[in-house]
Amino acid sequence: MSSILTHSPALVMALPLLAAFLTPVVGRFNRKILGWFISAILGLTLGITILMAIQILTNGSMIYVFGGGDAGLTLPSGYTVPIRIIFHIDGMGIFMGLITAVVSFLAAIYSLSFMQKESGLEKYYALLLLLATGMFGMEFTGDIFNFFVFLEIASISSVALIAFRSNFSGEPAEAGFKYMVVSSISALMVLFAIGLFYGQYDVLNMATIASVMQFTQLDKIALILLVTVLSMKAGSVPMHMWTPDAYSEAPAAITMVLVAASQASLYALFRVCFSLYNISLNTVTIGWIIIILGVLSMFIGVTMAIIQKDIKRLMAYHAISQTGYMLLGVGVGLAVLANPVALNSFGIKAMEGSIFHIMNHAMYKGLLFLTAGALFYRTGTRDLNKMGGLANNMFYTTIFFIIGAAAIAGIPPFNGFASKLMIYESVYKFNPLLSIIAMLVSILTLASFVKVFHSAFLGPKLEQYKKVQEVPKSMLFAMATLACIIVLFGLFPDVIVKNLVHPAVMALINQTNYTATILGGI
Amino acid sequence: MKNEMSRIVRTVTTLIYGFIIVYGFYVIAHGHLTPGGGFQGGAIAASAFALLVVTYGDQGVKDFLKKDILSLVESTGLVLFIAFAFFGLGVTFFYNFMANSGGLFGNSAIIGINPGDLNTGGTIPIMNIAVGLEVLAALGVIILTMSAGSKNTKKKENS
Amino acid sequence: MIGNFPYVAVAILIGLGFYTLIFKKNLIKIAIGITLIECGANLFLITLGYRKGSVAPIYTQAPEGMNMVLPTPQALTLTSIVIGVATTALILSIAMIIYKKYGTINTDEVRRLKE
Repeated sequence: MSSILTHSPALVMALPLLAAFLTPVVGRFNRKILGWFISAILGLTLGITILMAIQILTNGSMIYVFGGGDAGLTLPSGYTVPIRIIFHIDGMGIFMGLITAVVSFLAAIYSLSFMQKESGLEKYYALLLLLATGMFGMEFTGDIFNFFVFLEIASISSVALIAFRSNFSGEPAEAGFKYMVVSSISALMVLFAIGLFYGQYDVLNMATIASVMQFTQLDKIALILLVTVLSMKAGSVPMHMWTPDAYSEAPAAITMVLVAASQASLYALFRVCFSLYNISLNTVTIGWIIIILGVLSMFIGVTMAIIQKDIKRLMAYHAISQTGYMLLGVGVGLAVLANPVALNSFGIKAMEGSIFHIMNHAMYKGLLFLTAGALFYRTGTRDLNKMGGLANNMFYTTIFFIIGAAAIAGIPPFNGFASKLMIYESVYKFNPLLSIIAMLVSILTLASFVKVFHSAFLGPKLEQYKKVQEVPKSMLFAMATLACIIVLFGLFPDVIVKNLVHPAVMALINQTNYTATILGGI
Repeated sequence: MKNEMSRIVRTVTTLIYGFIIVYGFYVIAHGHLTPGGGFQGGAIAASAFALLVVTYGDQGVKDFLKKDILSLVESTGLVLFIAFAFFGLGVTFFYNFMANSGGLFGNSAIIGINPGDLNTGGTIPIMNIAVGLEVLAALGVIILTMSAGSKNTKKKENS
Repeated sequence: MIGNFPYVAVAILIGLGFYTLIFKKNLIKIAIGITLIECGANLFLITLGYRKGSVAPIYTQAPEGMNMVLPTPQALTLTSIVIGVATTALILSIAMIIYKKYGTINTDEVRRLKE
């Protein structure tokens, strides 16, 4: 048991990898058990992640050195530097890891029935597992080059998954091409920034770079590159063109994982700003840049969503708009980072709100995409104008849709309300206008989802959907789990914020802790 | 129409492709001593496959290069690689448990100018071989798939 | 001065890559543009590790008393080349699928997902 815990950082990343490589072999013997095999592996991963989370939240950050006990190398001159690949998991990393584990496990369960009729399932599952590996790696790694490798693993597998359904039409391939171009450019610019760091400081470990950061001209260039490309990968507004295409064309279960994958990029953005640079950068300027990106994302995302007719495209625009909330809260936290009074009075609360919103968004947006997938599974269309009266046939799906829509619109008993309230309150103290915009966007979100609910579920039974039934049990199970999480988080937000979100925020803010974990250990 | 190239190209290909594959495996096997390694050697060996496909067309090589077998080789390479990473779990993931142990690939390396001892490196040569198999098979599959697909697009261009 | 030429080449390669990405309408040319940026980034990494007059970092063949080139950037570049192969293969296969479905690889005509 304790050895599982010691090796848990590697196991969480390596189990899906092993399973991904075994998938073609298993698929050759028996196609029927393939889905169950994958679900079991991802369930095991989820279990280990939860164990690891308990360990980290009670005993502090965890370090895992690959390929040897000793992380560092001491030169004859006494200069010590970490040379091996290190996984460095603190409160924030494990917070994101939990989201990834839950979402990928539920995606596998949902795919059991949802993807049953498709061909090439071995490849689908192998890619799903690789995507999970890439996301875990991005969130756990403490080495900036290793981060680049996992970023590429995640993008390549997500591109292949987006384009998975291109046997019938060209649109998935088109969306995949767009996302491929975007993610290759981002990854290459990350690589260029890594070169800038390595050329100056001769290290690749993020904590070590942070401890020797001079904030020279080259560091500024690297910062601009990293902020630009990571916010592009996270789907914030000026660079959001890939989001609606990719989200709407991917299979529904994959869209849910893609949301978590863009949040992994968001996490990397926060990691760069807080752990790598912290107060050595001009926090007010960068903070306001992130705030402006956030406000633009919120507003443009929701206004574009209102006019959509395709249900998944509409939800994808809402995903952009919700990303804005996360950027807004963290941007406020970053803007007041150098000012301890403001940080304690509202900065930490704003960050707690938006970090909490990351998890909430992954849950309710995942649920909404799954209900959209359920509608597509039974009706064969994503066009809202062609749907109608489905509440009569699909009772549970309707309930789950109502829960998800209420959560995204911020209606009280659900989790979206809890995190949005924290953002409104704290941002109001920083700048009332921003808070008012955020509330306005929330109202527009509600309006848009009322429209979806009305056109898809309400109204008389349509002739062509007379025989539509409820979706299979595995899909219902995935949706029900997410709905339970949403309701529980909405009912007891204080417990979650205190035990899960607050450590994550403190891990981001406290840079000395982050560097000391690595540099103290060697 | 069999989509083959001229007699000169065919003769040269028949003579040379074996040597290219052997050279690829040489680079794979010496990955821990000289520049090169699994990926480079695998890519060299796969270039021999590319040569064959270009020369004889994908119909001409269908008895020689089979996608099924290549994907099996690919999975074998990948599983071998990750399995040796897991075997190190006694210490840490990816721990090189075979280095300096005296067994297979277990000699300790000699410092200084010397021709190099193949029997060193621990798990590194094994992982090189695993990566080499994976890369040559994967690139082979890519080449075959793309040549099959390009025939499809060519037809469209002509019509 | 002459030592800085590789950095100029890096700037030119990345500039050309972005030019190709922004102004060319052909999907294959977009793939070429990405490859150019990748070459620029790889060249940048390699140049960082180069020291004038030093030897390749192979311990069995290095003469006594000579400096070695820094091997870490070379390892990084190799990794990024391997990833680049996968990226290029994937992007070209997607371009092939698009051509198969749409009958064109001009970005102006490949636009069904527009709204």
